[in-house]
Amino acid sequence: MLTVFLQFLFSGLTVGSVYALVGIGFNIIYNATSIINLAQGEFVVIGGLLMWFFTESLKLPFLLSAVLTILSAGLIGLLMERLTIKPLKNADLLLMIMITIAVSIVLRGILMFNFGKDPYVYPPFTEGEPLSIYGAIIQQQTLWVIGITGLCIILLFLFFNKTIVGKAMLACAVNPTAAKLVGINVSRMVMLSFILSAVVGAIGGMAITPISLMEYDKGPMLAVKGFCAAIMGGLGSNRGAVIGGFIIGILESMTAGYIHSGLKDAVALVILLLILFFKPAGIFVSKTMLQLRKF
Amino acid sequence: MKKGDSLVFFIFIFLIGLLPVLSGSTYIMTVGVFAGINALVAIGLCILMGYAGQISLGQAGFYGIGAYVSAVLSLHFGLPVVVSLILAMVVAAMVAVILAVPALRLKGHYLAVATLGFGEIIYIILNEWGPGGPSGFGDIPHFSLLGYTITSTTGYFYLIWGLVAVVMIFSLNLIHSRTGRALRAIHDSELASNAMGLDVVELKIKVFILSAVYASLAGGLYAHYITFISPSSFSLFYSILVLMMVIVGGITNLWGAIIGAVVITVLPELLRRFEEFDVLVYGLILTLSLMFFRKGLVPILVEKIKKLRGLAVVKH
Repeated sequence: MLTVFLQFLFSGLTVGSVYALVGIGFNIIYNATSIINLAQGEFVVIGGLLMWFFTESLKLPFLLSAVLTILSAGLIGLLMERLTIKPLKNADLLLMIMITIAVSIVLRGILMFNFGKDPYVYPPFTEGEPLSIYGAIIQQQTLWVIGITGLCIILLFLFFNKTIVGKAMLACAVNPTAAKLVGINVSRMVMLSFILSAVVGAIGGMAITPISLMEYDKGPMLAVKGFCAAIMGGLGSNRGAVIGGFIIGILESMTAGYIHSGLKDAVALVILLLILFFKPAGIFVSKTMLQLRKF
Repeated sequence: MKKGDSLVFFIFIFLIGLLPVLSGSTYIMTVGVFAGINALVAIGLCILMGYAGQISLGQAGFYGIGAYVSAVLSLHFGLPVVVSLILAMVVAAMVAVILAVPALRLKGHYLAVATLGFGEIIYIILNEWGPGGPSGFGDIPHFSLLGYTITSTTGYFYLIWGLVAVVMIFSLNLIHSRTGRALRAIHDSELASNAMGLDVVELKIKVFILSAVYASLAGGLYAHYITFISPSSFSLFYSILVLMMVIVGGITNLWGAIIGAVVITVLPELLRRFEEFDVLVYGLILTLSLMFFRKGLVPILVEKIKKLRGLAVVKH
């Protein structure tokens, strides 16, 4: 009993980590711009597929591949912001959401053209025997996924709370006009938010691919789940997104394991609807904070 | 209907009548039927978004409810197709009420994600408990009325575009009525509308039901035309497609929904020749049209015509 439970728990934590990273990606851009970037899932796919390209196709060393993947993802985030978001300054919020959907279709088209429709996989980061806790088998890559997610969260926390650039980005989130008045370059912060969220997404994709494989059209479902995570914890709260991501991941794997695998997506969505209807601010954002927001 | 609308409506009816005469090709007729089905869903979403200011990413859910309920009732319970279509619309309306009462208190992103979640839940239910599961089922009876059964694609073309015309008359009259003005007031400011004594919540729910009924009618017609349905036609992708139609056509003009539906339905057909590039080209065209024709095709066209006439009164 315990063995099976632990097994489900760990597989839930693994997918939950990626949902958490996607959710954080949503938050970073939302905080700086009030935009929901629905191309967020594509960043995860880009991370996984580019990592495959550098390590398996070009046979580059692991660390160099990882750095190149992160740099490329950042560049794609930068291009997306400069080419589509910046020219549309002050456009209707709905149009902004639509443009991110359109960009995600373009990205999927590029990925399909370069990688085809097959799933890709590469070896785990470290070779070695899986661990066993009370009989539950835990692959080393699972620990990598959870560890890397944890590291990202800590680094982002330090960035937003201890560095001047991070604090400037938070200031843009609180009040862009006031931020501009104290000399913060808001446009550059928006650009930075897209780079950062592309990088966070790509790191998630790099880590999860050896476990769950990666194909060109995985983006939309990842975006939906990550969005659920962000909404569940309260849009804009990174702590909330992490906990939301883990809750959704664990519920999914428990449903798939104990009830029926076809229903795993439904359970997350039903809980999402219940939270929206009864506590729309999410678990970690107070009602007053919600009212202060534009959207 | 207003004067301008009557003229456009006349041209519209003329084009519908003319197209099958000009080209009897089954291929063009089939694309035309799909454009008409999509137009029905798009008109509903256009009223909801452009006039009531509420977003929905769950229209595929109502579209799917319409298709499945009407198909099952006519196939397994032997009801006449017209009766099953009407019952499908009733079911969709009831589901819309249940969803709308809590959901329409939400705004912006939250309403978007709630409707998206609803659409996905319907999609999962159809996959798990729908007849035939993920692979769907066939042998759905064709549309018939008073003993006459429609089987030809041209027949469906006239039926569906005829219904688009009826829905259009009803919708145009609605938005130019007292209710329509109230809706636009809600779009501009809910607080002010409330202060003016409008029952904002009730109106929003009514429009939401209307858009669900249009979508379920389209879904039912789709099922009886194709005679085979599977859940994959009712996924999130369809909801996004309808949203694209409304935005490309122009959210502030009901005719935009029809133009958008035709453009978005025909575009992938034209892109067939690009083969592997089609997704990429499709995405690029959408991105560019969103960036450069922000207001949508029809409102831009209307402005151009007004300018040509020397009436340069451009509303923002």
